[in-house]
Amino acid sequence: MSTDTPLRTADTAPTAPVTRTRRTLGWDAAIIAVTLAFLVVASLGVEHFGTARNFGFLVLDLAPILLLALPMTLIIITGDIDLSVASMVGLTSSAIGVMWDAGLPLETILVLAVVLGAILGAVNGFFVAVLGLPALAVTIGTLALYRGLSYVLLGDSAVATFPRSFTGWTIGSVGWMPNILPGLLLLVAVFAVVLHATPAGRAIYAIGANVTAAAYAGIRVMRTRFLLFVTSGAVAGLVGAFWTMRFSSARADNAFGLELTVVAAVLLGGVSIFGGKGSLPGVFAGVVLLMSLQNALRLERISTEALTVVTGSLLIISVLLPNVLARVRTALRRRRPPEPDQTPTAAPAAQRKESP
Amino acid sequence: MTTTTRPPSAAPERQDQWTQRLRGLFGARILGLVLALAILIAVTTLLNPRFLSGQSVRDILLAAAISVLLASGMTMVILTRGIDLSVGSVLGLSAFGTATFLSEYELAVPLAVLLGVVIGSLCGAINGALITVGGVPPLVATLGTLYLFRGIVYFWAGGSRISAGDMPRSFLDFGTARILGFPYLTLIAVVMAIAVGVYLARYRSGRDLYALGSSPEAARLAGIPATRRLMGAYIMAGTLSGLGGVLYAARYGTVDASAGNGLELDIVAAVVVGGVAIFGGSGTVFGAALGALLLTVINNALPSLGIDQFWQRAIVGALIIGAIALDRIVAVRTAAAARKATTHVH
Repeated sequence: MSTDTPLRTADTAPTAPVTRTRRTLGWDAAIIAVTLAFLVVASLGVEHFGTARNFGFLVLDLAPILLLALPMTLIIITGDIDLSVASMVGLTSSAIGVMWDAGLPLETILVLAVVLGAILGAVNGFFVAVLGLPALAVTIGTLALYRGLSYVLLGDSAVATFPRSFTGWTIGSVGWMPNILPGLLLLVAVFAVVLHATPAGRAIYAIGANVTAAAYAGIRVMRTRFLLFVTSGAVAGLVGAFWTMRFSSARADNAFGLELTVVAAVLLGGVSIFGGKGSLPGVFAGVVLLMSLQNALRLERISTEALTVVTGSLLIISVLLPNVLARVRTALRRRRPPEPDQTPTAAPAAQRKESP
Repeated sequence: MTTTTRPPSAAPERQDQWTQRLRGLFGARILGLVLALAILIAVTTLLNPRFLSGQSVRDILLAAAISVLLASGMTMVILTRGIDLSVGSVLGLSAFGTATFLSEYELAVPLAVLLGVVIGSLCGAINGALITVGGVPPLVATLGTLYLFRGIVYFWAGGSRISAGDMPRSFLDFGTARILGFPYLTLIAVVMAIAVGVYLARYRSGRDLYALGSSPEAARLAGIPATRRLMGAYIMAGTLSGLGGVLYAARYGTVDASAGNGLELDIVAAVVVGGVAIFGGSGTVFGAALGALLLTVINNALPSLGIDQFWQRAIVGALIIGAIALDRIVAVRTAAAARKATTHVH
């Protein structure tokens, strides 16, 4: 009990960040362990799962979710959300098709796709960070708006005349290593370093934990939130380029409905929807778990319908389980007789915390 | 003498003005929606007189019926600072369930209808339990059950579809029958929306939902049974989605596992356009129903206006952003006016 008390009152003490990291590390460790265990079991038990060929497919399937999950993690940690990511992918994909039909060189187009994504993200950021409108409502609006504009651009036709040199490279691999993997891992590393080892990353956590306190601490809240939405848009533009090259087809309905899968993967990775909590290693593990599970189910010829059930259940369990465990722990603690406390000043604070 | 009597009388007067201004604001949203609807219908009819023909109006009323039902339930939930993303999946589960009970098990129509609605209530109870007992945030819980319930429909259906021929005539007639020119389904939706509206406006437990959304802490301290109220709101949202599923089966006749797929965002859009604050505590079912009607009319008007159907989503998106931006402007102005009023008194 005496060792427990300082931990419980730490919310108000200067050691608060330490306890928070410890708590999230616990969840991270759990999800990473589950993911590793699943990968081992699947490699041994599922035929063809561990092959280089399947690994290539897994990386290609995983890439868009993982890429979109990186900025989404940062945005959800600040307490916002971006539901328009899949529509931004669709709109950049349509734009790529239109620009290619207009005869622009593909190198220029792919760069412009990222720029266009950043502009779309800046529109979100303007409404959310500058005007202060709720992110959920704004990005539901731009979800419809961007998807609508992508239909306006391309209708229900498709552009599929991209040169093989580009589309082939995107899905190709050198031996065991898919061509896109190094770039993918590099981006993961960049986001992880920014979030966990820079002042900007601390600022993101601070905004999510308490936006007013963050503002008083001198964090430029508006600028940070705005830039995160721009980043989300730029990454969505990149995914739009990847998606178009991978399937060699620019279509208005590309990546339709992907936003919910991305959010599910991020939450599965231990990020709190209320902000302030979560880590990139956890999200990485969450994405890998979700996508390799899907991959394994497909190899086992279990219908993709099962996957929707699994996704939903995992998502609920990932939040429900820690809650239930915490409740059981408090119930057990309450049952124990109260010991004489070593730190009398901390006791009232702890009781006040527990009373509601 | 006059100067001494003035201050006490001024305060209630100002308060009166204050409530009047609030009422004016509430009315402004409704007025705006009605005006937008009227202009849209007038312009469309001018350009294409067939838009107001009986069949076209009935199509709109039928299509709006299901949206209005779901929007009513969504309003209850959003008022409490929650959200229900599973409504589309619940509708799908209930529609497929009702159709299966009728075609495969050949149950009597009223029984099948009742079971369809009960499916919705059960789904709502699961959402409510996850949120209140499990402590799962509403967005996460209902995103999870969006997948879960949809997965169950896929399992149940296994790729099959139930067509109109498999269902009893009386059930399908019910989907198209009219009373005084009004489709039955629309009438059901209107009655339910009015019931929810009166409940929210007049009943104590209905007002509790507003209190929970305005300030959950204050509501709890005031002794409002939060768990029970939230549970009730989610069960009601589920029940209305279940009823929506029954109406869907009756109206379209053909039901497969993807019925209502992606509907949740349309419903949230309708509610937000209807002036319900996404973070709870303010808004009316009347507004939400008008929002749903407006979106349906836009859907139907675009082809009549000769505008490419592809513009529909873009327009809806712009409308949502316009609506919340408008809300923000109004809120800032009211806050400024309130500050002015209080500083004046002091």
